Amino acid sequence: MEKQIVKKIKDDISIVIGGEAGQGIQTVEKLLTHLFKDAGFNVYATKEYMSRVRGGSNSTEIRVSSFRRNAFVRKIDILIPLDPDSIGHLGRRIDGDTIIFADKDKMSTDKPIIDVPFAKVAQEYGSPIFLNTVAVGLILGILSADREVIERNISSYFSKKGEDIIKKNVSAMNRGYGIAKDFVGPGKLEIDIKKNSAAKNEILISGSEAVSFGAVAGGCNFISAYPMTPSTGVLTTLSRYASEFGIIAEQSEDEISAVNMACGAWYAGARALVCTAGGGFSLMTEGVSLAAMTETPLVINVGMRPAPATGLPTRTEQGDLELVLYAGHGEFPRIVFAPGTIEEAFAITQKAFNLADKYQVPVFILSDQYLADTYYNVPRIEPEHFRNDYYVVETGKGYKRYSFSVNPDGVSPRGVPGGGGLVCADSDEHDEDGRITEDENVRKRMVDKRLGKLRFLSRGVMPPELTGPKEYSALVIGWGSTCGVIKEAIEKTGKKSVSSLHFKQVYPLHPFTAGYLKKAKKIILVENNATGQFGKILKLYTGVDVKNKILKYDGLPFSVEELSEEIEEFL
Amino acid sequence: MENRYDIEGMDIAWCPGCGNFSILKILKSALEDLGIKPEELVVVSGIGQAAKIPQYFKTNYFNGLHGRALPPATAIKAVNPGLTVVAESGEGDMYGEGGNHFIHAIRRNPDITNIVHNNMVYGLTKGQASPTSQPGFRTPVQVDGVFEEPFNPIAVAVAMNASFVARAFAGDQEQTKEIIKKAVRHKGYALVDILQPCVTFNKTNTYQWFKEHTYYLGEDHNASDRTEAFKRAVETEKLPLGLIYSNVSRSVFEANLSVYKGSKEPLASRKTDNAKVLGRVLDTYR
Repeated sequence: MEKQIVKKIKDDISIVIGGEAGQGIQTVEKLLTHLFKDAGFNVYATKEYMSRVRGGSNSTEIRVSSFRRNAFVRKIDILIPLDPDSIGHLGRRIDGDTIIFADKDKMSTDKPIIDVPFAKVAQEYGSPIFLNTVAVGLILGILSADREVIERNISSYFSKKGEDIIKKNVSAMNRGYGIAKDFVGPGKLEIDIKKNSAAKNEILISGSEAVSFGAVAGGCNFISAYPMTPSTGVLTTLSRYASEFGIIAEQSEDEISAVNMACGAWYAGARALVCTAGGGFSLMTEGVSLAAMTETPLVINVGMRPAPATGLPTRTEQGDLELVLYAGHGEFPRIVFAPGTIEEAFAITQKAFNLADKYQVPVFILSDQYLADTYYNVPRIEPEHFRNDYYVVETGKGYKRYSFSVNPDGVSPRGVPGGGGLVCADSDEHDEDGRITEDENVRKRMVDKRLGKLRFLSRGVMPPELTGPKEYSALVIGWGSTCGVIKEAIEKTGKKSVSSLHFKQVYPLHPFTAGYLKKAKKIILVENNATGQFGKILKLYTGVDVKNKILKYDGLPFSVEELSEEIEEFL
Repeated sequence: MENRYDIEGMDIAWCPGCGNFSILKILKSALEDLGIKPEELVVVSGIGQAAKIPQYFKTNYFNGLHGRALPPATAIKAVNPGLTVVAESGEGDMYGEGGNHFIHAIRRNPDITNIVHNNMVYGLTKGQASPTSQPGFRTPVQVDGVFEEPFNPIAVAVAMNASFVARAFAGDQEQTKEIIKKAVRHKGYALVDILQPCVTFNKTNTYQWFKEHTYYLGEDHNASDRTEAFKRAVETEKLPLGLIYSNVSRSVFEANLSVYKGSKEPLASRKTDNAKVLGRVLDTYR
């Protein structure tokens, strides 16, 4: 060991692991996040990766912090590059404060490196794969995590691999831990992160998993989808638990089939979900219109990624808001949600199923790659606290699927086939029985009935969430996955009269929206897209034209640092 | 003869003399013979003149998008296997716009009946070529005549090892009724391609033409012999009618779903409260 590190890190540390796809970054990430949590720390992780199966340069960021954090930071306190390209790939994020632990002779860089013989140690255990465990041990050692907890968890993590592998991993981890101890201590590397006693019992689920489990909590029992990044995780999670939850999970031949299957499933009495990304959703838009005309409920999770066309398949963007808002030919109401946190992704998806059933409209959950692939410790969600309401009615002789006698929710009561009446759903304009018609009076009344649902569903719009002083001079507006980064960026500016307004429902807008905007002397709009799509919606429905825009469309999420710098420029 | 599917006073949008009338009559009669209640039947259709069929008799229906009858039909059967599900449309809908679903419905093998009205022309859009139009067929769009190879649904279905493949002719009521009955009774995906004249837009493939260019497979045809079936399927001089291929060994889509491994109760009527199970699953993420 050559030189010593003299540094103090307080309350928040950012650890980044870089490497090629297939090198084991994900294993390191999974192990570390769970071990930190079990050792009683708040932990957050997000990843960025290339659209390839092997090779390339990927990285994962793990934040361990005294306070709960839900945002990407640009700074890297500790970097472990598993391959030489990582340093170049992450170059712009590496500064004088970044400590790089690596096999010096394997790296080709002029940046200062703390030499750790990872490969040599791994080889002692018989395989380069143990390098990952040595790295895990090193990081845990730097944070002086409870060694006993770690050993127990490593054992359980590798439990299926047999005694020999467990033993070797525990030992490799301890080797890494031991190496770290040389650097840590008073006058050397001092790290002060407060523990959160609750963390241990909390859960770690990603945005994708939160949407999936929220769907289950909402009574979802059917998913049809075609795999597409970044929403594939929802399909795989629901498929994985299909038998436990009694779900039909079908990988369809294309997105057109997926959405039409989902309509069929709802029609027959299931609660169906489709998940896709912008490209796949483009194929589904006719199906959205079908759902609207047949008044079939539908829940769609669109995971956004940079487009047009194939764009940047594994990166993030908030570019499909307008697509979702206007998708499908014809005029009809819809509901569009954009959760910003793990808890919201769960709760909103659960709610989406009940709203779709209640109002017989398409309900969207707009997420993105950043949210899908991000996770942090959250209190164990209590599914029992989420109520489901079912709106399917028994039918009898003479049942009219599209009766003009609407119920108090503004809809014609929906029955399903198999009862005493006939359920006739029609994509053509239809009469009350569901039979094709070109009668202009019936047409007009049907349009009014369908569009009338907007008024009813507008009663229950989720209000935007204000964080910061109620009397603010500047208001920073965001929607969806920027929730965490906006809050932390404002906190970082240290400005006291700045609040943030996070929209988790982006359509229809809550009636208080205009009031919030008009109260601010300065409004700053933050969007992960190039044209400020939500700003256009705000202008359309509140008349307020937000001029100050912070837009990011390079395929990456906002970092706390860049956003706080940009907010300060506007203040 | 009256039957329980009749609706009085319908304004039917088909041309006088259209083969759809006889298909409707045959279908109702076949369903009557099978004793299927209208309330337990769902007809899923796409768009086109043929796809209007469920509008004209007593049944549940899901009249969806052009080309997209098979995905909802598959889902409906999966959600409620107690229902009899028929997916019915024209050949432009099933083999053109919905060609991909046709292939994958055969792969999945849901227990549904797929009736395709095949008149070798587009009717509702007024006379363009369809995927099965014969070479040389002239239309306002195919002004020099069709030069593409016609789509052969029977050969494709046999090639895909579909579990039931039949061809019928709308002009033959009794034979077609028996084929439809067999198809509905069959456990698995059953294709019934029904040749049908279009009296308005197809002056080539008329009743007379179909009479002259079809023949019924004899008793000696072994429908379980795939090679033999394929030989028949690719015949074009005279098109064979009847059950061309059947494979009863294929498992049915719904039966493979984990939701029906433990309980046969239709998903549609289950009141599942997953809160406790979900809680336990969430605990594994601690």
